[in-house]
Amino acid sequence: MVEKQGTGQENAETPLPAAIYAERVTKVFGEGKNKVLALDDVSLTIKENEFFTLLGPSGCGKTTLLRLIAGFDHPTSGKILLRDQDISQLPPYQRSVNTVFQDYALFPHMTVSKNISFGLEMMGKPKDYIKKTVSDMLALVKMEELRDRRTDQLSGGQQQRVALARALAPRPQVLLLDEPLSALDYKLRKEMQIELKQLQHDTGITFIFVTHDQEEALTMSDRIAVMHLGRILQIGTPRQIYNQPAERFVADFIGRSNFLSAEVLSVDGRRARLKLSSGREVSTVLPDGREPHGIVTAVVRPEYAQIAEGADDVGELQGVLENIVYLGTDTHYHIRLPDETMFVTRSQNQCNVTEAFNAGQSVSVVFKPEAVQVLRS
Amino acid sequence: MRNSKATSDPVGDMQRSRTKKNWLLSAPALVVLAAASSGPLLIVLVYSFLSAGEYSGVVWKFSTDAWFNVVFFRDIFDGTTSFADAHITILWRSVRLSFITTIITLAVGFPTAYFIATRPRRNRSLWLFLITVPFWTNLLIRTFAILEVIRNEGLINIGLQMIGVIDKPIQMLYTDFAIMVGMTYVYLPLMVLPLYASMERLNFSLVEAAYDLYATRHKVLRRIIIPLVKPGVIAGSILVFIPSLGAFVTPRVLGGGKKMMLGNLIELQFGAGRNWPLGAALSVTLLTLVMAALLMYVRTTQGNNAGSVR
Repeated sequence: MVEKQGTGQENAETPLPAAIYAERVTKVFGEGKNKVLALDDVSLTIKENEFFTLLGPSGCGKTTLLRLIAGFDHPTSGKILLRDQDISQLPPYQRSVNTVFQDYALFPHMTVSKNISFGLEMMGKPKDYIKKTVSDMLALVKMEELRDRRTDQLSGGQQQRVALARALAPRPQVLLLDEPLSALDYKLRKEMQIELKQLQHDTGITFIFVTHDQEEALTMSDRIAVMHLGRILQIGTPRQIYNQPAERFVADFIGRSNFLSAEVLSVDGRRARLKLSSGREVSTVLPDGREPHGIVTAVVRPEYAQIAEGADDVGELQGVLENIVYLGTDTHYHIRLPDETMFVTRSQNQCNVTEAFNAGQSVSVVFKPEAVQVLRS
Repeated sequence: MRNSKATSDPVGDMQRSRTKKNWLLSAPALVVLAAASSGPLLIVLVYSFLSAGEYSGVVWKFSTDAWFNVVFFRDIFDGTTSFADAHITILWRSVRLSFITTIITLAVGFPTAYFIATRPRRNRSLWLFLITVPFWTNLLIRTFAILEVIRNEGLINIGLQMIGVIDKPIQMLYTDFAIMVGMTYVYLPLMVLPLYASMERLNFSLVEAAYDLYATRHKVLRRIIIPLVKPGVIAGSILVFIPSLGAFVTPRVLGGGKKMMLGNLIELQFGAGRNWPLGAALSVTLLTLVMAALLMYVRTTQGNNAGSVR
């Protein structure tokens, strides 16, 4: 399957209107000296029934974008459409979008079922409908037995479920999740990741998930938008983001990467011929939207490269093995290249195999030409 | 084996001796309380059951006259008994004005406290500081300042006459209205501070969550904010209502001699009225009202004081 590479703006060819369409959204906080550009000309399309993740380090603007979609803040310029309706200036209570907050924000003076019914009551739904929906929601998140508990008597994981049920009960067109798993311990977080994904599948509601955890993003998302300094650097499926990072920041933030500088010898359609620093020439596939020339930066993931014994002309690169890091499941080899940069390869460990390499010896690095990805300059 | 018993519970022993020490620490406070509060209170209670002396003071003779006179009035000529209208009027005025004052300070103080609590953290202390500025001036001087504003030749009347809204000054001084304005001004900070304290603890993402769940501004206020800051509302109301009931300076200056409140009536009995037992009985009555208000506070806060505590 050939996946289309997204590079910021995408026109969905689905006949359905996009769940969320953001057009050139900019958000500025403060004035004068204290002015902060939180979002810088962000455009994106989130499809109906998609698990979409906004991924980036803290301060990258992901939460700001989420708050603009929720309606807690309004864009300084640009607009946001919810199924073709311009919601940019609507208050939160007039848009069919609900939020699961990072600290859950459960109402402490209400029971579990009162929390879940709150949104439905505010919408003015009939009593019977509310009662039935609350039961359904309690069943969905497996909290039937705790329906009359006060929320401060619940564990973190249980609070998380109530927050989910509360936000899902009004059946919003889009559900926003603001780092909802960050307060949970590792094991519970892993379970909830699977459960959330399942929930999204079962309800058919568009999920927009905010996280700084790359592993979480890769595990759960249909598509990911990587954000940095208020801009979206790349949008794509987890595979695209990992295998074909568009920029150095993306390659660095998600997984580990080796950066190489290379000279472009020729470009022929989607293929490019590169000359590596070792003098070796490789021919690699270019994703859409990249027309490299001159000296470019290329990236090779550690697990796509292998260490090989000695001598010249064996692999794509040559260097001196400086460190061997044993990590149980695999071993990392830190290899110093002639231009003083460090190159890391990763090998999965086999049982009953002793370490074949010694620190200090000359080694080669072997990788397939496709492992080399040229970054957008 | 013998001393194993003595050392078997060293933690308990330590705690016990620590409790003893802590109790000792509170001894000075207890002595002051006994000497300056419980003692005088007991004297007042005893006095209320004695007979009035001829010129002042008490005669050590048991009598329930004082208590009788709190509510009833016996005609000295024909000996008929009727309700002591003046006392009841004053009592009623005290309760009514205190209640209205509490409501107004709440209505003014709530948005004020909300405003301060929603400012950026570094600006809040400045706003709180401004709230406490009036405390720098003596109560009497502040009350006279109000008098200057509302008297017939005061700021408001002269101003209104100058712009031609009224021909004759509006009589505001020496009315219930004047007392109410004075008490509202004086006691407002006592409402704002506890309200602010509970709003400051309010998790504002709860407010956002309610907005997010289709609650309008009005509903957010009624369903989320008010229930969660209720302890502050009650504490503020108590802090305003109780001193209002016993207010003395404000009704004296702004109410003149005619519009008395309980505090003034008590002062009158101990002073010009020369009826100490009646004064004592009225004091105990005031105290009972205060206790009733406090009891109500305790009862309403019990069981739902988890509201704003996270």
